[in-house]
Amino acid sequence: MNAFTVHRGIVAPLRRTNVDTDQIIPASYLKRVTRTGFEDGLFAAWRANEADFVLNKPHYAASSILVADNDFGTGSSREHAVWALMDYGFRVVIAPRFGDIFQNNALKTGLLVVEQPVAEVERLWQHAESHPDQPVDVDLVANEIRYGNATTSFGVDPYARWRLLEGLDDIALTERHRDLISEFENGRPERLPSIR
Amino acid sequence: MAGTLAEKVWESHVVRHADGEPDLLFIDMHLVHEVTSPQAFDALRTAGRGVRRPDLTLATEDHNVPTLDIDKPIADLVSRTQIETLRRNCAEFGIRLHAMGDEEQGIVHVIGPQLGLTQPGLTIVCGDSHTSTHGAFGALAFGIGTSEVEHVLATQTLTGARPKTMAVNVDGGLPAGVSAKDLILALITQIGTGGGQGYVIEYRGAAIEALSMEGRMTICNMSIEAGARAGMIAPDDTTFEYLSGRPHAPKGAAWDEAVADWRTLRSDDDARFDTEVRLDASALSPFVTWGTNPGQGAPLSDSVPNPDDFADPGDRVSAQKALAYMNLEPGTPLREVTVDTVFVGSCTNGRIEDLRIAADLLRGRRIAPSVRMLVVPGSMRVKAAAEAEGLDQIFLDAGAEWRSAGCSMCLGMNPDQLAPGERSASTSNRNFEGRQGRGGRTHLVSPGVAAATAVTGHLAAPADLEASS
Repeated sequence: MNAFTVHRGIVAPLRRTNVDTDQIIPASYLKRVTRTGFEDGLFAAWRANEADFVLNKPHYAASSILVADNDFGTGSSREHAVWALMDYGFRVVIAPRFGDIFQNNALKTGLLVVEQPVAEVERLWQHAESHPDQPVDVDLVANEIRYGNATTSFGVDPYARWRLLEGLDDIALTERHRDLISEFENGRPERLPSIR
Repeated sequence: MAGTLAEKVWESHVVRHADGEPDLLFIDMHLVHEVTSPQAFDALRTAGRGVRRPDLTLATEDHNVPTLDIDKPIADLVSRTQIETLRRNCAEFGIRLHAMGDEEQGIVHVIGPQLGLTQPGLTIVCGDSHTSTHGAFGALAFGIGTSEVEHVLATQTLTGARPKTMAVNVDGGLPAGVSAKDLILALITQIGTGGGQGYVIEYRGAAIEALSMEGRMTICNMSIEAGARAGMIAPDDTTFEYLSGRPHAPKGAAWDEAVADWRTLRSDDDARFDTEVRLDASALSPFVTWGTNPGQGAPLSDSVPNPDDFADPGDRVSAQKALAYMNLEPGTPLREVTVDTVFVGSCTNGRIEDLRIAADLLRGRRIAPSVRMLVVPGSMRVKAAAEAEGLDQIFLDAGAEWRSAGCSMCLGMNPDQLAPGERSASTSNRNFEGRQGRGGRTHLVSPGVAAATAVTGHLAAPADLEASS
């Protein structure tokens, strides 16, 4: 995972609630066995069918911070949703609330997801709509979002934040505890199911 | 200290706890399918890692598999490659795979319980959000992404913060013709698609205790549609009876030992939940969705709502967009909504009991000439059981199509899809835009409502058939 410290980028205002992972990337793109190249599937139906969809507007073509309404990333566990956002160029998603699995996948993959109250999301939308060319700073070191004259703080789970700042590999961290895992395994009752 | 069921199962699987860090949790069973695993296996290879516990890992082919001509190579080359990739990965890493043609093949959340692998008190994960299904047995089961699939393959553990707990107390009894599916759809509409976010839900109360294992699985399955990663039900005699004699269930003295242990798996009387919700089952009636998320539902006896009636501005806009996509007019009685396709199947409602409910209503009847009906058993075992009971013939005589096992039209990764503009009544779990095929319009329903709808050609309750025959 690449480390995340400070990101400066253009905000794409996505005024929609319940953006489920089927909308972020439809199932037909999930048949691939590769880990990259999912940008063509990002919001595929909306980009194809809605001329005024935010990513179809030239102002937001190079946006890298997505700001959405409540319950972003609900539904299917497909990590492809995170990959598609990152492959397209997004580094941050801000919303009042996220689907649990999506949030987990994002923080494991290096996409920063930030919860902000509805009122702050509204302010970010207004900023992005009235000053689409003025970038926003998302600073994970200082836990701050900065744009225009505004500075807002945000909280991220401290452990997830540390991993993001350091760009640490989750599996390598767990492998330091191999002995504890073995010890746990030795204590499991024999009657528990196994495939053999 | 008093604990909830979820807390007890969590606590008994903590490999390592350290303040300020997530717990390291041991995983008893890891289920794998073709869609969310290829990149995880690739990453293992790149890092030179192996699979720590192939004996606690089971794979099946479900999302991509065709439900017709399953003895022939898959026509869609991309789907075929994904299936072949899973086969290669399972062979290379020594993982048991139930491939197409295998009598145990089926939807991952149908085969786990059916094999007796899903047992009370276990931790079970899968790269699939509907892993919550297995919570019906008192297991702590939840969906994970591909990074976590890789983590479990490599270490047989996951890291995570202890979830909050929510009790959903369902009092009373379900009226005739009202099923577990109606109950869970009503609950999701009540608490919203984010209502369970961050919680493990425990379903309790008389109405839950009265449910069969199939009904309990339907409820736990859709916990994720309420935003909860997991749903659980305390194991009881219904659970033990279902498990007894299944291939991976304990036998002899081990069975007695297991049951004694399983009986301790319930929330203590004085356990405290972080939040509680109450629902009266006796007040429920058949329930359907009208919108494009599972929280946009209403009793079948209602009409399509008017977006202006929603107090929350976000909900209002969301309802407007949903009605435009669904091509529905506010005020239209839901019973007047005609459908083109009826789908019975999926990890929500593709089990034998679901097929029995639908077949009972179709016995001696014909589906409407304008309707195409697909019946897709959740596993090849369910298919064989249904055929042994003659259900396949009932479906065929009624004019429905009888297929082989897979996820099928729930998400349309195989050829079973809606055409643009087509409308379905579906026993699956998600009515998202384009989920069942680009431009397709989905109404989520119970198996009983699905069968009644197939006969009448419009959304209908089982009781509507009895009134007209």
